[in-house]
Amino acid sequence: MSVLTDKNAGKTALLMGNEALVRGALEAGVRVAAGYPGTPSSDIIENLAKVADERNIYVEWSVNEKVSLEVAAAGSFAGLRSLCVMKQNGVNVASDFLLHLALSGTRAGMVLIPCDDPGSISSVNEGESRHFARLVEVPLLEPGNFQEAREMVRWAFELSEQFRTLVMVRSVTRLSHASGNVTLGELPESDTKAYFRFDGNLLDAQTGPVITAPVPMRHANQQKKLKQIAEVFETSKFNTYTGPEKPELLIITSSACSLYSVEAVSLLKLEDRVGILKLGTTWPLPEKLVKSHITKAGAVLFVEEVLPFLEENVKVLALDSIEETGIKKYYGKINGTIPSVNEMNPDHVIKALTSIIGVEYSGMPADYEQKANIAMFTKAPARELTFCPGCPHRASFWSIHNSLAMDNRDGFVCGDIGCYTMAILGAGFNSIKTAHAMGSGTGIASGFGKLGMFGMEQPVVSVCGDSTFFHAGMPPLVNAIHNGSDMLMIILDNRGTAMTGFQPHPGLEVDAMGNRADATDIAEVCRALGATVVTSDPFDIAGTQEKLMDTIENGKGARVMILRQICALSPEKKGKKQYEVTVDTSLCRGTDCGCDRLCTRVFRCPGLVWNKAGGHAQIDEIICAGCGVCTDICPAGAIKRSEVTK
Amino acid sequence: MKDPYNVIITGVGGQGNVLAARILGNIMAAKGCNVTIGETFGASQRGGSVMSHLRISAKTVFSPQIPKGQADLVVALEPAESIRVMAGYGNMNVKVLSNTRSIYPVGVICGEQNYPAIEEIKESLSGLCGEMHFIPATDEAVKLGHAILGNVMMIGAVAGLGVLPFDESDFEKVMAGYVSGTKMAVNLKAFEKGREMVKNK
Repeated sequence: MSVLTDKNAGKTALLMGNEALVRGALEAGVRVAAGYPGTPSSDIIENLAKVADERNIYVEWSVNEKVSLEVAAAGSFAGLRSLCVMKQNGVNVASDFLLHLALSGTRAGMVLIPCDDPGSISSVNEGESRHFARLVEVPLLEPGNFQEAREMVRWAFELSEQFRTLVMVRSVTRLSHASGNVTLGELPESDTKAYFRFDGNLLDAQTGPVITAPVPMRHANQQKKLKQIAEVFETSKFNTYTGPEKPELLIITSSACSLYSVEAVSLLKLEDRVGILKLGTTWPLPEKLVKSHITKAGAVLFVEEVLPFLEENVKVLALDSIEETGIKKYYGKINGTIPSVNEMNPDHVIKALTSIIGVEYSGMPADYEQKANIAMFTKAPARELTFCPGCPHRASFWSIHNSLAMDNRDGFVCGDIGCYTMAILGAGFNSIKTAHAMGSGTGIASGFGKLGMFGMEQPVVSVCGDSTFFHAGMPPLVNAIHNGSDMLMIILDNRGTAMTGFQPHPGLEVDAMGNRADATDIAEVCRALGATVVTSDPFDIAGTQEKLMDTIENGKGARVMILRQICALSPEKKGKKQYEVTVDTSLCRGTDCGCDRLCTRVFRCPGLVWNKAGGHAQIDEIICAGCGVCTDICPAGAIKRSEVTK
Repeated sequence: MKDPYNVIITGVGGQGNVLAARILGNIMAAKGCNVTIGETFGASQRGGSVMSHLRISAKTVFSPQIPKGQADLVVALEPAESIRVMAGYGNMNVKVLSNTRSIYPVGVICGEQNYPAIEEIKESLSGLCGEMHFIPATDEAVKLGHAILGNVMMIGAVAGLGVLPFDESDFEKVMAGYVSGTKMAVNLKAFEKGREMVKNK
């Protein structure tokens, strides 16, 4: 049995932050959960899906974040506690509905968990979701450790239900993807029937239609709720202070940064001089609590990640109440004491504290550091990110790159977010030349494809994954078709949301809970929209390049090519080799003439190794996935493949 | 046990680093310790370096990131990765436990970079740590039937070092949550082999 559904309240277990958030939702009796995959948030919906039957929950991977928030809202409107989960930039996608939902209000408890990724460890941006809470005027909580992650989500549902507003619980990578001890609470039994009531007064959001009009009235009402919530926050147990009565320096912090702050103060032995105000309720601020701590402090340091959210909000409060709090020196991101970008760690806090207080600290002697750095640069070769052995993307970009090169008109590829983003690197032969948001490659290509009237003759290609196609790829394709843009959209269909762990999408015959689902055929959709559609298997290098050359040279308007081959890491494929691959060393020319190691120098599959001593290529049996594509790359025919008999 | 006891498990994406950290973390949590594991994944399946930070304390919850120069034990599933870790977290007391099986970065595969001989790695490392143990975990694991058992051997070797208070029965209790009965025997064999390999040095 999963610890997530363990009925032994009081038991302590090691849980990942995301699991602790899930446990909190289960303890709150969540009935509806929806999201769109994105690191570091994906495990939340995945874990809920695993226990969906056992706990009687409806769980779905929605087509995108905005729809997931709408699906979850329906649960709340029908009287069921509902949860919505996404990564930081997902909140941007959902934000239009979020704005309206804040205004209309909710019914049964509804919680949105955005997981931010400070330092963009698994992102192509360093977005900040906390500002959305202030922007759309909903309350915001930030757990500071694993135990709080469980307790806070549970409480967030109660708070949401009490005030009939969405509540945001913001996590970060170092909480979501870290693990710690969590003591479990009670799991409730509930059999609430779903019913959407709409027969009440037009102005009563709890019994009448759920709408945002009349806007000034509802807007004022939401602001009144926030004032009441701020009062509740004043006494929340999630706001804690440790340190002397009158600290020389007060650290105001939240989230994982509170753990870094505690550790830094402890390593510097400053417990008697520096106090730490850890806020769990970060919007609206518990103003009286914050003011009283500032008043007693000599100076203030803000320790937080991404944007100076706490810093700006507290400074506005401090200015408004300067007669009470007094004139204080404030340190943080704005004056450069804390780095304005990238994630935090204990060392950043140590550096800030030593510069403010003037104490000495060295975690690593200078001579050791120098010696260790020299060893690293000379003995630990850098690990460039690359596509996995057997990855269809390597084969796809090999053909795309070669076709554009042979066309010889400086054609280029506009990309977006997925494993294939790595084609900005050597892994994908540096093919991608623009990379932004989900679906943006195709939107940008739609724009480039209209610039022929200004003399632009370069072929324009976009790439888009199969899950991305449904998420944000269709509108720009429709746009390109309708406006007669000359571009080729290549859909890299590897049968799943591969990068985040094979979550299903509308193109597959399975849903989040593992039930059979109707699949939407990408090729049929594109044809119905009016595009010409060509499909190919990227592992068929010759066939794919022929089709690509034809459509790049002769095609006009918006065209679609679907390169379909299942991801090498997908559960159905992983560990199964289609081919046994070997190198005939008598045929391999190596560096001597001709190809100059085309296979290991350019194709660069981790399964193909350059044997320096022997002067030939060789297959690494453990790494090779057996896709057999390198056989078609070798101009000398030295790489042999034979079908594995099962 | 020093408090907190800071362990780094390092390796390359796909080696099972995260699971190894989870198993060791669960063993110590079951012994009543506060355990924090900081994991870095996402790009981890694409050939990059992967590190897990384990903070083990009898007192309180520590942050998921070990401060600079503060590692107590480095478990390297891949030998060159042990050197990379030293630049951020090493010190002259740290113990290093390393697998001997190399995984070449793409730059090495394609002949642009050199991968040092294992003797060079040992020589560099000897000036950067308190003690080091190199064990052929992957090679021995392949003999037992699967390369991934190398990680269990490394955990067995941690027990063999005697730096953390756990034994085979603690390991078995935690592993029962991960593998079925029939696979337990080979995992116990791997654990024992790892323990022996550092003890018999």
